[in-house]
Amino acid sequence: MRILKLQKKDFFPFLEVISKKAELWAPVAKQGGPPAETLPDPHWASLAKREKFSFERIQDFSKIAMNTTRTIIPPKKIMVPASFNMFHFDEKEYREDLSHVTNRILFGVHPCDIHGLLILDKLFSQAYSDPYYLEARKKTIILGLSCWPDEFCFCKSTHTDIIEEGYDLFFTNLESHFLVWIGSSRGDDLIRLAPDYFDERLTEKDIKTYINWQEERDNAFQTEINFTRLPDLMELKYKAPFWEEAGAACLACGSCSMVCPTCNCYNVVDKQFLGNRPGQRLRYWDSCTLTEYSEVAGGENFRGHKSQRLRLWYTHKLRAYVSKYGKPSCVGCGRCLVTCPVQIHAKSVADALEGHPVDAFWKKFAEEVSK
Amino acid sequence: MNGQHKCLADSNPFTPEPARIIRSYHLTADVKFFQVRFIDVERALSFQYKAGQFAMVSILGAGEAPFCLSSTPSRPGLLEFCIRKMGTVTNALFRLPENALIGLRGPYGNGFPVEEMTGKDILIIMGGMGVAPLRSVLLYCLDNRDWFGRVVLLYGAKRPAEMIFREEFFSLKTRTDLECHLTVDADDTGQWPERTGVVTTLFPSLKKVDPENTYALVCGPPVMYKFVIKELIKLNIPKNQILMTLERRMKCGIGKCGHCAIDYIYTCLDGPVFTYWDVLHMKELI
Repeated sequence: MRILKLQKKDFFPFLEVISKKAELWAPVAKQGGPPAETLPDPHWASLAKREKFSFERIQDFSKIAMNTTRTIIPPKKIMVPASFNMFHFDEKEYREDLSHVTNRILFGVHPCDIHGLLILDKLFSQAYSDPYYLEARKKTIILGLSCWPDEFCFCKSTHTDIIEEGYDLFFTNLESHFLVWIGSSRGDDLIRLAPDYFDERLTEKDIKTYINWQEERDNAFQTEINFTRLPDLMELKYKAPFWEEAGAACLACGSCSMVCPTCNCYNVVDKQFLGNRPGQRLRYWDSCTLTEYSEVAGGENFRGHKSQRLRLWYTHKLRAYVSKYGKPSCVGCGRCLVTCPVQIHAKSVADALEGHPVDAFWKKFAEEVSK
Repeated sequence: MNGQHKCLADSNPFTPEPARIIRSYHLTADVKFFQVRFIDVERALSFQYKAGQFAMVSILGAGEAPFCLSSTPSRPGLLEFCIRKMGTVTNALFRLPENALIGLRGPYGNGFPVEEMTGKDILIIMGGMGVAPLRSVLLYCLDNRDWFGRVVLLYGAKRPAEMIFREEFFSLKTRTDLECHLTVDADDTGQWPERTGVVTTLFPSLKKVDPENTYALVCGPPVMYKFVIKELIKLNIPKNQILMTLERRMKCGIGKCGHCAIDYIYTCLDGPVFTYWDVLHMKELI
């Protein structure tokens, strides 16, 4: 693999050159959310104080947030938008609609999120290929960016803290410069658009700086989950009472699925319009935690209770994918930890499975109720 | 249908292909029979499927839903569905006149392991709408009668008027190469010539079963499985020779939308036909 050096001052000029090729998208800081002082819970107050980030279309490079943690929504929103049209239809035929797919450069994708895309690649190409996802994936250039863990990141536990494939270029953000990994032929083409910005000669000092950075980052993780035991524990604790407790507190809001980089479920509805306008077959994100998820015509619901649906969510993440591909479909991004309103997330569920004490809202809620 | 594909895949697997309702009529008050054919003559013949597989049916403007094929692959060209009026899609489908255009894609799912079943005795047990997928395998067995040993059919409906394909089954009773036992839960007509009681009441009248050599195929309402399986286990039929076909919510049929996920499998790819061993092995199947 080729690794090049890019000076910080040359970064925007490089973006300038490549952004002529396709729409540039990157994380930007977002405003809004409730003021921290209005939130009674210290967990939520501290989260509300933090800056939030979102992948947006970039017109002004200075808006790009370089030192972000996770974005609110993972980059899956570029590959499969939250809602899009699959087909136009009239009385004669269904016509494929790929109009939401455009050439894009997606900058600032962290290793965990690239791993998330690799998992989606498998899900959307196994047995049958999903042309909507694959077409968007093909047309999106991925420029990865290194990151620094906060207290919610646990990608080291899922072995997704480093990335070796699935990107075109990867930028390791060191103090004075970037180290740029070239991950694909297309990535190499981007470098060739502005070869003068890149230096192939890495000094011993550059290498040392990188190794030191890596070691320091390695030691910066504060959250750890032992995933190797979880598939077994999902089986053994299938009837454990904590599922009922979590189910009682779960709001069935589906937020965990919306923010999860590997949640791929969707629903489909047909929409008709008055007049000559063709109808649309819309595909939009769905979540297995929502009530109607497993309901069939006639009203039979195979997972009527929230605890059953939560267990399905975690079966899928912690066990199902392991059976098929040998690793969990959790990439340790920490989004469920910062998103779930009642703190049902990978960490608290893993703790409960392990039999560790759990200091999460749903546990406290269960204790309150049992009093 | 759409000649120009701009995507990576050779064709878009989600595209419904145009088909026509050739014939449709009521089987019971809320169940209708549909004969459907692809408009493209070549496609009508190239559509190869296995008994127990299903197709995604699109009704213009109403949406798309999965339906099992009730016809047998041994009679290609014409596809048959047996559908109960239940939700948005079926309500719209029931309103369609004959010759109306619908969309079809498939076939999907694993289907029954007919190769494995060859040479074996076939015991088919169905309740209510369970006839929809099992009629396919029944007709397949009858069309290739020499390939199978005994063929036994047990069918239970709620009432005589709700017995789907009633005439078809009564005419089968006259055949000597098939044992056909029918029952209704309750006879409100006073003229029902066959047995009354739930489907399990038919078991005592079965001639001795050779369990190792028998495949039992079960489909019916969720409540039925527990009781029927108990009887089959009593007969010593091996757990992996008890086959059942299941229903789940599906939006894609090809393992993408996630709705039919059970444990670590997808009903649409790994099912809808499962063995009783699968049921014991994986949670939440029935």
